[in-house]
Amino acid sequence: MNPFEYRRATDVAEAVAAVAERPDAVFLGGGTNLVDHLKLGVTRPGRLVDITRLPLDRVEPLPGGGVRVGANVRNSDLAAEPVIRSRYPVLAQALLSGASGQLRNLATTGGNLLQRTRCVYFQDITTPCNKRMPGSGCAALDGYTRHHAVLGASPQCVAVHPSDMAVALAALDAVVRTHGPAGQRAIPLVEFHRLPGAQPERDTVLDHGELITAVDLPAVPATRRSAYRKVRDRASYAFALVSVAAEVELRDGEISQARIAFGGLAHKPWRAQRAEQVLRGAPATAATFQRAAEAELVGAQPLADNAFKVPLARNTLVSVLTELTELTGATEPTQEDTP
Amino acid sequence: MTGLLPARVIGQPLERADGMAKVTGTATYAAEHPVPGLTHLHPVQATIARGRVSAVDTAQAEALDGVIAVLTPANAPRLASTEDPELAVLQSDEVAFRGQVIGAVVATTPEIARHAAGLVQVSYVEQPHDVALRPDRADLYAPDKVNPAFPTDTEQGDVPSALADAAVRLDQTYTTAWYHNNPMEPHATIASWDGGDLTLHDSTQGVTAVRDTVAPVLGVAPERVRVICPHVGGGFGSKGQPHVHLVLAALAAKAVGRPVRLVVTRQQMFALVGYRTPTIQRIRMGADRTGRLTAISVDVVEQTSRIKEFAEQTAVPARMMYAAPHRRTTHRLAALDVPVPSWMRAPGECPGMFGLETAVDEMAAACGLDPIEFRVRNEPERDPETGRPFSSRNLVACLREGARRFGWAHRDPTPRARREAGWLVGTGVAASTYPAGRIAGSSVTIRFGPDRRYQVETAAADLGTGTWTALRQIAADALGVDYAEVDLRIGDTALPPASVAGGSTGIASWGSAVLDAAEAFRDKFGANPSEGDEASGGMPDNPHTERYAMHAFGAQFAEVRVREDTGEIRVSRLLGVFAAGRIVNPRTARSQFIGGMTMGLSMALHEQSVLDQRFGHIVNHDLAEYHIAANADVAELEAHWIDEHDPYVNPLGTKGIGEIGIVGTAAAISNAAHHATGVRVRDLPITLDKFLS
Repeated sequence: MNPFEYRRATDVAEAVAAVAERPDAVFLGGGTNLVDHLKLGVTRPGRLVDITRLPLDRVEPLPGGGVRVGANVRNSDLAAEPVIRSRYPVLAQALLSGASGQLRNLATTGGNLLQRTRCVYFQDITTPCNKRMPGSGCAALDGYTRHHAVLGASPQCVAVHPSDMAVALAALDAVVRTHGPAGQRAIPLVEFHRLPGAQPERDTVLDHGELITAVDLPAVPATRRSAYRKVRDRASYAFALVSVAAEVELRDGEISQARIAFGGLAHKPWRAQRAEQVLRGAPATAATFQRAAEAELVGAQPLADNAFKVPLARNTLVSVLTELTELTGATEPTQEDTP
Repeated sequence: MTGLLPARVIGQPLERADGMAKVTGTATYAAEHPVPGLTHLHPVQATIARGRVSAVDTAQAEALDGVIAVLTPANAPRLASTEDPELAVLQSDEVAFRGQVIGAVVATTPEIARHAAGLVQVSYVEQPHDVALRPDRADLYAPDKVNPAFPTDTEQGDVPSALADAAVRLDQTYTTAWYHNNPMEPHATIASWDGGDLTLHDSTQGVTAVRDTVAPVLGVAPERVRVICPHVGGGFGSKGQPHVHLVLAALAAKAVGRPVRLVVTRQQMFALVGYRTPTIQRIRMGADRTGRLTAISVDVVEQTSRIKEFAEQTAVPARMMYAAPHRRTTHRLAALDVPVPSWMRAPGECPGMFGLETAVDEMAAACGLDPIEFRVRNEPERDPETGRPFSSRNLVACLREGARRFGWAHRDPTPRARREAGWLVGTGVAASTYPAGRIAGSSVTIRFGPDRRYQVETAAADLGTGTWTALRQIAADALGVDYAEVDLRIGDTALPPASVAGGSTGIASWGSAVLDAAEAFRDKFGANPSEGDEASGGMPDNPHTERYAMHAFGAQFAEVRVREDTGEIRVSRLLGVFAAGRIVNPRTARSQFIGGMTMGLSMALHEQSVLDQRFGHIVNHDLAEYHIAANADVAELEAHWIDEHDPYVNPLGTKGIGEIGIVGTAAAISNAAHHATGVRVRDLPITLDKFLS
């Protein structure tokens, strides 16, 4: 671990300035990912600006029926919020399926969005990785790829984004609010994370020193149903092989609205717009769901160890849509990671 | 030996004597001992798998405030013996595997040591490495013996003819993955020299073995080395023999003239403290039309390291499990540029019984027999290998009792016949076994103290297994006094020597010595001793060892659910019944059994050290990526035992229970998964992709 300067920020502008003025400064939230990286040498910042005391820990209603989630709201607190449980079950379920109870107690909303890939080569400084050290090569491409991308990858990087929460937010059309050196802006969640392309070192569109202050959830009609399903290699405390966040609205047996996002398949939460197009206006049948899944996954490019992700993603999406459209009421988030 | 020690305190489910200290955080583990003037070591590890260190630039590291020394092969003190290449740390510039220790930083804090270790610049002359285990390698060789001293190959009768003539035949290959022990407490050592005397606080399964192993390596007399270890946070074999960190800490403490602490990181554990070799097991069986085996053949291919041989005895359980007139077992090794393999819970039996018990399930189906009935039909009257009678063999009783408890009777054997809400449900069974052995070399001293209590002393170990409690129970019965009248001291070489806690031999070995010492004490001092009276004893030879085959047995039953659309697999129920002689403490025994079974479940579904052949290292080297069963993976889990009286194994009648729980679990789960889905998974782990089409 490199020595670093530690600062505790008391307001947003101060935090932004403290990071913006040094190229090697970073924000410290819950630290559940960053502190690991400090120990492993994956990142070597010269300054840590602790933002956990900033007043960004509220969940508040927005005019028009939406909800604003402060960037410092802990994952466990957010999952337990009555408004999230009742109106955004997909988000509560996604949060509860992530990490472990202990980690969720520390992890923040903003930090969750900014967690980095768990690609084993990214996390091991003795192996090449374009994301960690641009230009050094991608060790994963011809390596162990069980957990890697099948959609949207590049020859430079085949890593996947590890967050569950972000997948639900992608399906919810959430908006990330930031405060940076150049002022404030609102970034749609689906545009917040990047595909790797030739710059895999950049996970998001954030500028240096730009701080996430909140995530806004749009209002949802009462008729909407949503769910999150995560498939992984053990029953809890594992990253998704494939996950699906889905919201649907039905009218007379037809799907009037659908929003779908996949986790575990790409460098970012993968909003499945091709699948949504197939679903909108179609009858809620197994055949429709199958067609929707195929439409999204037709362009999948599996690697040596992860061809199974394609049928797995297809079957998981079909299963989630089947359950959602057979239900009569809203789903409740599960308390625990039970099978 | 005329009968077993009568049980009075033995057999009671007493709470752990060390439980309160552990749950309140006052039990002291190796790295926690307060030692004045302590310094901290962080190793530098090789980033190539084979070659030579050509240059080490330590200038940047040495320039850091707080760095006391940077050790390299060029400046490290010389060891007295480099006979064990695993322990010969910093004695040459050769690199034999990726992750090997090639340097070390000693500093005033662990953080500075770690930072400085990252600043050490190493140059290499790299050679091509070879880490690929394949059954068709031309350089496979037969070791002289397999762990610990079994013949490498055995052959009885005429296997090829028997197979050719068999009415029912099987020829399949089963593989187990590369596994790493991951005890909760990582390996840790504090080494302090006082002149020529060395004190080691170490997390170990045997303080005596540590002392006797490292003393000649360091060139000191064993009596000048003291090893202390009252508590261990799990070992599973990985702390059974000293590994490189122990010698490194002692060497560094010598070099800097101050006490040195070395706590191995989780990532470093994947290179430095042993592991279980992957195994490739070709199994051939032949049976007649009635389901009686005529031939059993097991050919195993596995790996060892180029610098030090460890030959897992994978085919050994096939030598005694089932009757068949024609039998053959072989072990072949590939010596690779990989870290040194070693003991992991039930070496041999654990991987070997996955292959054998899966093959038996396949044979039973091929013969149209229930798998329990098939096993009963092939139950040997005597040990098929030696011809000796079994001191006791209650496999059939375990199978019957397990079947009754599990509800096996109404099972429809048809695969893929049961569906519940999108999940395919199946059940399976497999047998367990583990040798009932003892290790010589333990002594026990009993002293009558001023408080009129009996002090029982021996350098035994408690890995979390219950020794602190169970050995005291044995002492109480051996002395004919109450449990509360006995004080036990273990885990320190200042006490009489004790054998290593390995091979499920601890209680049988140390307990025999306790009994011998108690008899000596009573012979000498009678029932009313005086303060200071003292007697010692050791483990007497057992004349029955040469006359009987001695093994524990068990039967494990699993219910498995596989989601039809995603292949997700869950073990909804696991039930084991064991015949392991007398149970000293039902509470800690149950913990041993279900702990072993959980580890077996973990092996079945999750564990796999993934090797990247290009680099030669395990890429998933942390607990986020190397999956061990989590609480949510373990649903209903039951362990039972039958009342088994074995007058031959030792005067206590115990067989050892630390390892048998992991044996057969993976096969029971794999067999249940086959019953659920119709898919036979012969390569562990059983992951969801194997059920997806």
